[in-house]
Amino acid sequence: MSRLKEAFSGGKAFVAFLTCGDPDLETTERLIQSIAEAGADVIELGIPFSDPTAEGPIIQAANLRALSNGVTTDDIFQMVRRVRKTVSVPLVFMTYANVVFSYGTERFLKTASEIGMDGLILPDVPFEEKEEFEPVCKQYGMDFISFVSPTSHDRVKQIAKEAEGFLYCVSSLGVTGVRSELSSGIGEITALVREVTDTPVAIGFGISTPEQAEKMAAISDGVIVGSAIVRIVGQHGRGAAPHAAEYVRQMKEAVRRLG
Amino acid sequence: MSKGRFGVHGGQYIPETLMTAVIELEQAYNHYKDDPQFNAELTELFNNYAGRPSLLYFAENMTKRLGGAKIYLKREDLNHTGAHKINNVLGQVLLAKKMGKTRVIAETGAGQHGVATATVAALMGMECEIFMGEEDTKRQALNVYKMRLLGAKVNPVTSGTATLKDAVSETMREWVGRIADTHYVLGSVMGPHPFPTIVRDFQAVISKEIKEQILQKEGRLPDAVLACVGGGSNAIGAFYHFIGDSSVRLIGCEAAGRGVESFETAATIATGKLGIFHGMKSYFCQDEYGQIAPVYSISAGLDYPGIGPEHAHLHDIGRAEYVAITDDEAVEAFEYLSRTEGVIPAIESAHAVAYAMKLAPTMAKDQIIVVNLSGRGDKDCAAIARYRGEELSE
Repeated sequence: MSRLKEAFSGGKAFVAFLTCGDPDLETTERLIQSIAEAGADVIELGIPFSDPTAEGPIIQAANLRALSNGVTTDDIFQMVRRVRKTVSVPLVFMTYANVVFSYGTERFLKTASEIGMDGLILPDVPFEEKEEFEPVCKQYGMDFISFVSPTSHDRVKQIAKEAEGFLYCVSSLGVTGVRSELSSGIGEITALVREVTDTPVAIGFGISTPEQAEKMAAISDGVIVGSAIVRIVGQHGRGAAPHAAEYVRQMKEAVRRLG
Repeated sequence: MSKGRFGVHGGQYIPETLMTAVIELEQAYNHYKDDPQFNAELTELFNNYAGRPSLLYFAENMTKRLGGAKIYLKREDLNHTGAHKINNVLGQVLLAKKMGKTRVIAETGAGQHGVATATVAALMGMECEIFMGEEDTKRQALNVYKMRLLGAKVNPVTSGTATLKDAVSETMREWVGRIADTHYVLGSVMGPHPFPTIVRDFQAVISKEIKEQILQKEGRLPDAVLACVGGGSNAIGAFYHFIGDSSVRLIGCEAAGRGVESFETAATIATGKLGIFHGMKSYFCQDEYGQIAPVYSISAGLDYPGIGPEHAHLHDIGRAEYVAITDDEAVEAFEYLSRTEGVIPAIESAHAVAYAMKLAPTMAKDQIIVVNLSGRGDKDCAAIARYRGEELSE
């Protein structure tokens, strides 16, 4: 079983997202360590991109902060190499197709695998284009994560059947961000997924409160939180680690209530 | 599995949430593109609303002064709203209406595509929102007013470099949040499949007319067709029906800005490399880590870091040539055409005029160049005056 899939085997999982290099890589390294200790089951590491078209304002601003400090893909690889010595939770890169493609898809995935990454998420690569990335991921023992969304309808089963690691279920239309209301039809999608696969399904986009996390965890195998954590990092900067850890502890507690 | 390829270029690199929308669009387009009723309605709009066919004008003064090939101007500047943009917008908004959409959104750089979209939305009774880089709303305040006058809401985009690429990104973000009643009227031959094909087909009326008109006037095909290229919609429109005619040189004129050696350029073929962005694989100006470069041109309409996938393919196979024209050369051509022919071209189109000025003297007098004059230059007068050190006020 892949390490990612395994991360969901001990009850509902909490997946945390960070933008690497926001505000600098030393802070990112401390954040990874402290949110792993606080109970994150999987950590998504965002490699910043100049034009993150699937992100809302919070993560867009984090990308900009990181890039304006000059952080590069190679710097991020170095940071992961260091942090892997002390952190064992599964780690997944989340970035945009051009970051991987321009580095050389094969070279990127070979390096990512060597430094101990477990998977890759590209929000601008749908089912129709995954042939370009998924076989290379497989070759290097990494899971290529697929998405389903409230507009996927009859695509859900087709996508879910081939899903690896975990399936990323988008909670609502639109970009990433903090939302007060989440769509109501998500349970139907996760039910469709379960008809065709035992790959775990995690819900992301818009989740920020323990109440929302509990509600979403009840109809899935875990929740993914990005903007709410990135917002804490934005507020506290280099001193963000304890604040982010405290938040992750509360959120993990909320999803754990469901066992 | 992957659709909409031009060689290695094109494809559909977009979030899963948008896939349903582009699949729905593709199905609707395949249904309507050969539908006689749809085409009759579109032709009626082209002829009696936009003012087509546009003239193919023999630029006799320019021809004589340059002393080489005969130069014809395809007068897309004479279309309603003053540019080729209306061709695509009429087609897409009519299609959106047939699909039952009630709201259209669009990006705009200089404001020409935004004005065209707001115009057709007003005509067809659709709600309309335009996304425009905040920088560009300042550079093109008159167009912002026009869009509002036409009933559209204009949203200034402050993310990134606050120019055309950011307007595209923001319109995509808007669409991902609201697709049931909304169609994204993409303004160029770019983005995910089926947009590059749909936009090209609606713009191909330009080369269809050029071919008929030049055969009537000269009894032969031209030796070269020139057009400016940002995303590349007027160029692909002017090239399309000549692609099979190997005797016709197809020349796209990119914006070199302050020069292809400088960082202040938007010449994608000259300085870009293969990448994936805004839904497509194509050539993009970018750094070694794939971060999209901030580009620059005096022309807001060419100020884009990529090029449409069909152009990238025509470049790869050597069927079309792409040359880079600097700000200085474009401004000189802007002034030259105004004085010589009494035609003020859009600064975008002036890039193609500039190359015609270089090319014509090297060709024989019985050869023919067609320059696609994609838009008129009223919108640019204040900026060009400023470029020459003169401040205009209303």
